[in-house]
Amino acid sequence: MANSNGGDARDQHATPMLDELETGPWPSFITGLKRLRDSSDKQYAPMVNDLLGQLEHSYENRLGYWKGGTVSVFGYGGGIIPRFSEVADKFPASKEFHTLRVQPPAGYHYTTDVLRQMCDIWERHGSGLIAFHGQSGDIMFQGCSTENTQKAFDELNEIGFDLGGAGPALRTSMSCVGHARCEMSCYDEVKAHREVINEFLDEMHRPALPYKFKFKFSGCPNDCVNAIHRADFAVIGTWRDDMKVNQEEVKKYVAEVGRKYAIDHVVAMCPTRALSLNDDDTLEVDNKSCVRCMHCLNVMTKALSPGDDRGVSILIGGKRALKIGDLMGIMIKPFMKLETDEDYEELKEFAGEVIDFFAENALEHERIGETIDRIGLPAFLEAVGVDPDPNMVKHPRTSCFVRTDDFTEEAEKWYARKGRKADDDATVAAE
Amino acid sequence: MSEAATQPRMPDEVGVPDPFQYMHPVMKKNYGNWDWHERPRPGVLRHVSKDGESIYTVRAGTQRQMDLYTIRKLCDIGDQFADGHVRFTTRSNIEFLVADPAKVDPLIEKLQAEGFPVGGTGNSISMISHTQGWLHCDIPGTDASGVVKSLMDQMYDDFIKEEMPNRVRITTSCCQINCGGQGDIAINVQYTKPPRINHDLVANVCERPAVVARCPVAAIRPAMVNGKPSLEVDEKKCICCGACYPPCPPMQINGDDSTKLAIWVGGKHSNARSKPTFHKLVMANLPNNPPRWPEVSEVVGKILKAYKDNARDWERMGEWIERIGWPRFFELADLPFTKHHLDTWTGARHNMNMSAHVHF
Ligand code: HEM
Ligand code: SF4
Ligand code: SF4
Ligand code: SF4
Ligand code: SF4
Repeated sequence: MANSNGGDARDQHATPMLDELETGPWPSFITGLKRLRDSSDKQYAPMVNDLLGQLEHSYENRLGYWKGGTVSVFGYGGGIIPRFSEVADKFPASKEFHTLRVQPPAGYHYTTDVLRQMCDIWERHGSGLIAFHGQSGDIMFQGCSTENTQKAFDELNEIGFDLGGAGPALRTSMSCVGHARCEMSCYDEVKAHREVINEFLDEMHRPALPYKFKFKFSGCPNDCVNAIHRADFAVIGTWRDDMKVNQEEVKKYVAEVGRKYAIDHVVAMCPTRALSLNDDDTLEVDNKSCVRCMHCLNVMTKALSPGDDRGVSILIGGKRALKIGDLMGIMIKPFMKLETDEDYEELKEFAGEVIDFFAENALEHERIGETIDRIGLPAFLEAVGVDPDPNMVKHPRTSCFVRTDDFTEEAEKWYARKGRKADDDATVAAE
Repeated sequence: MSEAATQPRMPDEVGVPDPFQYMHPVMKKNYGNWDWHERPRPGVLRHVSKDGESIYTVRAGTQRQMDLYTIRKLCDIGDQFADGHVRFTTRSNIEFLVADPAKVDPLIEKLQAEGFPVGGTGNSISMISHTQGWLHCDIPGTDASGVVKSLMDQMYDDFIKEEMPNRVRITTSCCQINCGGQGDIAINVQYTKPPRINHDLVANVCERPAVVARCPVAAIRPAMVNGKPSLEVDEKKCICCGACYPPCPPMQINGDDSTKLAIWVGGKHSNARSKPTFHKLVMANLPNNPPRWPEVSEVVGKILKAYKDNARDWERMGEWIERIGWPRFFELADLPFTKHHLDTWTGARHNMNMSAHVHF
């Protein structure tokens, strides 16, 4: 391969298989790595050359050659993913190739200025390779020697960035663009993301939980950050009152796409049959049946919007395969108002209770979704002080294997809550 | 060395950075005040606030694992056309925020000229969410970035256009842990052989009780091998999940021929219309064939074509299959249906058809 910067081409590893990943229209990470390798005046050129050599070796043998270890920065127990090469005899310059997991700004906003500062730091201390972002949300500064890890972190920390989680700890979180640019957004994602995560930073930096714990924040049920599947604690924006309908815009939409299309693709696709197109091409919404799925709002962006009484639903227990199989979060708080500072305090308090429950009750290497499966939802609800609610189930139990001798007392609690709720509503109405 | 220089620096525990210092001023000003949006063309969004202000977003694909020259190039483009404000999507696309509509077209031209595809909006195939692979993980069965590069080359036109029935979200994962997550189509490593144990190393590197506890089917037992404490695997029980490998690297799960790729369809994160779903296995045992994984590309291509030709507008992959039925899906995608498609894990019965509803 020609060396564009005039370095010594003889020392470069041949990469015939990787070279094939430089063809085709999509941007090539191999071309990028070669640019780093060919910057012969930079400290990372030899490291990236050997990295490419090892990667080619993997492509040839269809096996990976990294192993873990222990590397951390002063004061923290997690956040660095250590990588040592198992084939360092052949590729010595990349024998240490650690990753710094760095927490991104909520909503992934950057200025070019701060990106350049990151590049400069990584040019001095790292491999020059950065991934925006990992699937948990971290900016991944990939490829750093053990010696340089502290230096790179110190400089990133000086410009306002902090390490994320790794190991049995609170992990880096993410939030959707939401309030910053999305009309569907039902709460201030930046505030929720920052207040909750920054409250529990100790759990991130000094791993002491039974296993990992992830929060994710989506502004509406479109769930752009995949919280229900991928977060132990999913915060999803929603609203309680009627959605807003601009009937003039509805008519315009119907005129534009035609009645049949509007009926087939909006009305008929509503999962709860909550929509009906009137003869005058206005839309009738049965808000009591609507489940806030977002479909009609997504299709008719000008005509429909979320209501005014906004807040969040909280689902708990999402995770991937290990060990009992994939789990999605279960609806635990169908609605929590999230508007005032006190509301955000309440969210933090509830998050704290759930983390405490996890820390005290999960077995080692057990995610909270598995703990809930093991002990049953009623026991979990009792532990975190949440009352049972029909929104938590697809349908009530179908198995008769249960002891119900206290059913009457439980029913009384329900009626008492209902009564209290009716009173609350009456007070609010009277105010 | 001075006293101060030998003192390690204590971290400043700043946590999640405040994004307002980086956010485009129009977005900051209209924070929480947006009214509606439209997509003037693929790759471009226009959001309008309740005060009538607009911001344009131009979305471009990246290779995710970026060298700093690529990042600096994107920064130059951002300075020239986007007032220096960018953001990233969860699928590693970069978004340029543009207040001046006159800058949108020149920005698109510039991005295209520099080799960055503009698209990934609306009913397109967006960038594949993926993981580390051979480039950086300690347990990968395949590469991630290479598979993604190969597939994105193939699906390039469907990234820059919005011609799919609904958005298509593809993921890949290089082990069964599946950091890549759920997808309309998921391309994941599937191990096919029980781990081979290097007994000489087990005693030194493995915390044996922890490994025994990790196995989902209790197939691992402590054993003495050649007079040394080690482990053994009941190969009849083993489901080849690889869970024992991360905590005990001598239990090598990967083999150059036994690590295969499987394809799953119908995963969905959003709550729109149907509830979120997990992806389902449709094809397995595809060879792990770098550098371009042609067998995987072929199957993905067949599935995408069947979906594009047959689904109705707004139906996601899983919703389309729900309507036409699995028999028709396997027929249209030209894939085999085998005993391995019948779930055997906890709750398997819930995945069976317990009705007289049949598709012919
Ligand atoms: C043993 C070594 C492992 C390595 C090197 C590894 C590596 C990674 C990396 C680099 C990411 C992206 C991180 C980020 O965004 O900052 C990730 C995410 C993830 N990891 Fe792992 N992982 C490992 C073990 C596991 C295990 C044991 C599990 C499951 C039990 C797991 C499940 C996941 C999942 C589900 C994600 C995606 C999370 C999300 O969407 O939030 N990983 N992993
Ligand atoms: S999750 Fe909802 S509020 Fe957030 S960006 Fe997506 S559509 Fe907008
Ligand atoms: S948001 Fe979903 S459930 Fe509610 S009316 Fe619209 S389509 Fe129906
Ligand atoms: S999917 Fe598996 S192999 Fe790939 S990065 Fe995640 S843990 Fe590593
Ligand atoms: S591969 Fe999975 S099932 Fe087989 S021994 Fe290891 S942990 Fe158990």
